[in-house]
Amino acid sequence: MTARFLEFYVDPQRCIGCKACEAACSECDTHRGTPMIHVDFVDPGVSTQTAATVCMHCENPTCASVCPADAIKVDDNGIVHSSLKPRCIACNNCELACPFGVPKISIGLQQMQKCDMCFDRTSVGKRPMCATVCPTGALFYGTPEQLRARRPQDHAINLWRFGVQEIRTRVRVMVPQGVDILDIDIADIAGAAGGDPAAPPAVDSTRRKEFL
Amino acid sequence: MARLKLPIAEYVRKYGPHISDSPAHGWDHKPAVDHVVKTHCCFCGMQCGIKLQVANNQVVGFEPWEEFPFNEGRLCPKGVKRYLQTHHPDRLTKPLIRCEDGFREAEWDEALDLVVAKVRDIQARRGNNAFAMMSGVSLTNEKSYLVGKFARLALNTANLDYNGRFCMVSAGAGNKKAFGIDRAANPWTDLPEAEVILIAGSNVSECFPTLMHYIWQARDRGARIIVVDPRVTPIGRTADLHLAVRPGTDSALNQAILHELIENGWVDDGFVRERSTGWAELAASVATCTAAWAEPITGVPADQIRRAARMWGQAKTSFLLHARGVEQHTKGVDNVLSLINLVLATGRIGRKGCGYGTITGQGNGQGGREHGHKCDQLPGNRDIENPAHRAHICGVWGIADDELPHKGKTAVELFEDMHEGAIEGLINICCNPMVSHPDMNYARAALERLPFLCVIDFFMSETARYADVVLPGSLHEEDEGTSTTAEGRVVRIRAAVSPPGDARTDTWILLELARRLGRADKFTYRDNEQIFNELRRASAGGTADYAGITWPRIEQEMGVFWPCPSEGHPGTPRLFEDHRSYHPDGAFHLYPTPYRPSFEVPDAAYPIYMTSGRSVFHYLSGTQTRRIKFLVDRAPGPLCEMHPSLAERLGLADRELVTIESRRGSLTIPLAVVETIRPDTIFVPYHWPEALAANQLTVRALDPVSKMPEFKVAACRVRAATPDEAARARTLFAELRLEAPDDVARRARMEHGA
Repeated sequence: MTARFLEFYVDPQRCIGCKACEAACSECDTHRGTPMIHVDFVDPGVSTQTAATVCMHCENPTCASVCPADAIKVDDNGIVHSSLKPRCIACNNCELACPFGVPKISIGLQQMQKCDMCFDRTSVGKRPMCATVCPTGALFYGTPEQLRARRPQDHAINLWRFGVQEIRTRVRVMVPQGVDILDIDIADIAGAAGGDPAAPPAVDSTRRKEFL
Repeated sequence: MARLKLPIAEYVRKYGPHISDSPAHGWDHKPAVDHVVKTHCCFCGMQCGIKLQVANNQVVGFEPWEEFPFNEGRLCPKGVKRYLQTHHPDRLTKPLIRCEDGFREAEWDEALDLVVAKVRDIQARRGNNAFAMMSGVSLTNEKSYLVGKFARLALNTANLDYNGRFCMVSAGAGNKKAFGIDRAANPWTDLPEAEVILIAGSNVSECFPTLMHYIWQARDRGARIIVVDPRVTPIGRTADLHLAVRPGTDSALNQAILHELIENGWVDDGFVRERSTGWAELAASVATCTAAWAEPITGVPADQIRRAARMWGQAKTSFLLHARGVEQHTKGVDNVLSLINLVLATGRIGRKGCGYGTITGQGNGQGGREHGHKCDQLPGNRDIENPAHRAHICGVWGIADDELPHKGKTAVELFEDMHEGAIEGLINICCNPMVSHPDMNYARAALERLPFLCVIDFFMSETARYADVVLPGSLHEEDEGTSTTAEGRVVRIRAAVSPPGDARTDTWILLELARRLGRADKFTYRDNEQIFNELRRASAGGTADYAGITWPRIEQEMGVFWPCPSEGHPGTPRLFEDHRSYHPDGAFHLYPTPYRPSFEVPDAAYPIYMTSGRSVFHYLSGTQTRRIKFLVDRAPGPLCEMHPSLAERLGLADRELVTIESRRGSLTIPLAVVETIRPDTIFVPYHWPEALAANQLTVRALDPVSKMPEFKVAACRVRAATPDEAARARTLFAELRLEAPDDVARRARMEHGA
């Protein structure tokens, strides 16, 4: 009998880029030394905004849909797991297809590894490592009631649109009030920046020198 | 003459810093955990609760301690990875004595007797005060107390000071002047009750990540945040109002805010009339300090100053936080007082949601500054020149007044005396001036001229390289004791393991030195709890009164807030609830803080402001964190933050190696072009040593009251590095990532499938 799984929320606005989540994740007994969560600057050099990328645990995971070996499984709690080692052929399809950029092929293990919401902890009633140590609440694991009581102004959604693909995720993300779907279209973003949608992002590489 | 015997690279090769990533038994095998020790993080003043997993006398991992009320399991990356130090390949496990080719290993008897002989020789020739001691407040309360007693009674020297002088002494001095007590006035649980939080000169998000929880709790309840900082730090990014103040102009900004409070009638007249002294003089001193006056000085638009005053003035509850950004100045005490004036003018102190606190930076920055290892202080935050205070301590220590030295010199003054030859010997524990001393090239010259240096440390710090004797001491998780968090909560530090090899606890080393110096009679402790119990008696009746705090109480109650004068006393989470200060007159003291410029401001030759601070991935001088690969991977070395408009003007590109020059020295590091800093200011984090030390550039000028150096303002110029400078910098940066030989071997084994 496993414990009841609670909801996982991500609030990038609270992220301070400290990477305590990465540090704690790398201590996990199932993937020791390798973090499955990643923190990045959203707009390096322009803002100190950072955000953590964690598996969103989709209802119909793209990674599983594209897996030719049927190696990626969703359990009864809605947790999408790392690929099953005996089946995984390390073909990279999941890595290429995931719209959130989460799965990673471990060349050494010949297996796709990703966040499983700390299954070893959550299945026995503990909180995931990242959400336990996160000092700001950018990562929060609890019930919707707990969230409402503590953060009455927060608004969380789990519906995404990537071009024509609509995705519902188990993990929820905080967005401004009034937003109920996150519409993310790479072509749109490039267009809004005033450039050719086909052109690469506007980084002035001539002004950047690598020092090492 | 303690010049280095070898090139620095040789010391690095032998003693590190090496970066190590592996738990005691490697990542591929974790032994069964014997037991779990509930203790606290060894890093910043938050002192987060943490559980350490122990197997075979080694710390093999961590587990969040979710029941500890302050942090409930929350940690920063330093706290998560701190356990990697206990078995780190760089640990010093034998006493070392300087020799022709660096250091040779020695037995304890030889090393300790050499120290004792040097103390006796120097003091016989030059007097007792020619032998000095430097300490630090990453030490527990017990060790801090012991160092104070050791220096006074075993070394018989007045010249004892500590690294708080490089940290927050301006806050302590300001607190004492205004409140008659040096402690954050409120527990952090008061933060969420505040309508407005003013954060002045604190990068809370990087320096105290776990305090962010309380600030966000306040925001969740509708609080508004004002951040005063030359940079848009992560906390500044989300502030309701960010005032990008020019370095060194905080008091002018605060004077203008006070002027606005008075002009708009946002002053608590009853409080300032009945509960304070000095209001009339203070009000008169800001009569002409309008927002328009402050704008050209501070670089903050007048309307933003008025807006800050309105947010603060119209709130019913408020909390002021400040840290090193306002304290590390030649007018650090004035800066602190100018902020406290805003708290007291509005009478918002001593009740729920109305508070004040300096966010102490060092692990035991609070407790360590209370129990007598400052040059002018005795336990209980007593004054070493006050006859009644001396009499109390003489009674506890069983000595006559003439056996107790008087006030000694402060940290930077000690280094000046070493430089000039007035001090010939130094025992240095828990301090790394080759990173943290201002005008570091001067500090190096002082160490090179010093005839005898003994360093007690668990790693070969950059300062220890200059030592004649290095004594291998203990980590935080290797000795029992207590520390006091930045909110004034005394917490219990537990020994999880014993020191490796022939390393000993710092306590053992100090007691053994005292014995060999002939003062065994004054240091007869069975265990560290006895030291704490003596500290309790020594602190009784002082402002920092620990008399009622016992080790069992701390564990049962998850910490006890001082003052706690008797065992039946519940402790004092919130000060000033009766609206009385700790001054004899019971009033809160207000002081005018007329703005004056910093010691060195930019001019034609050095046109740019340089300021310094911390990164979230490193702690203080980096002796510990620069050895943990996870942290080094994320912040390998210092970067010079510069605004794109300044970079454009100077023709410099992002990530290019640049040379920063001040009148004291130069530093070649990569440039980070960021829009999140004032265009007239560059920022360099200070955690790195020697040729990568930001402190090569800083000024040695001191606050006249607190004797704190001005780390936060220097004038500099920046240019592209020459090919020679760039080549040298690349070598130094590569050295920061030197892997421990054991780690290299282990990885090779794994890669070969062994």
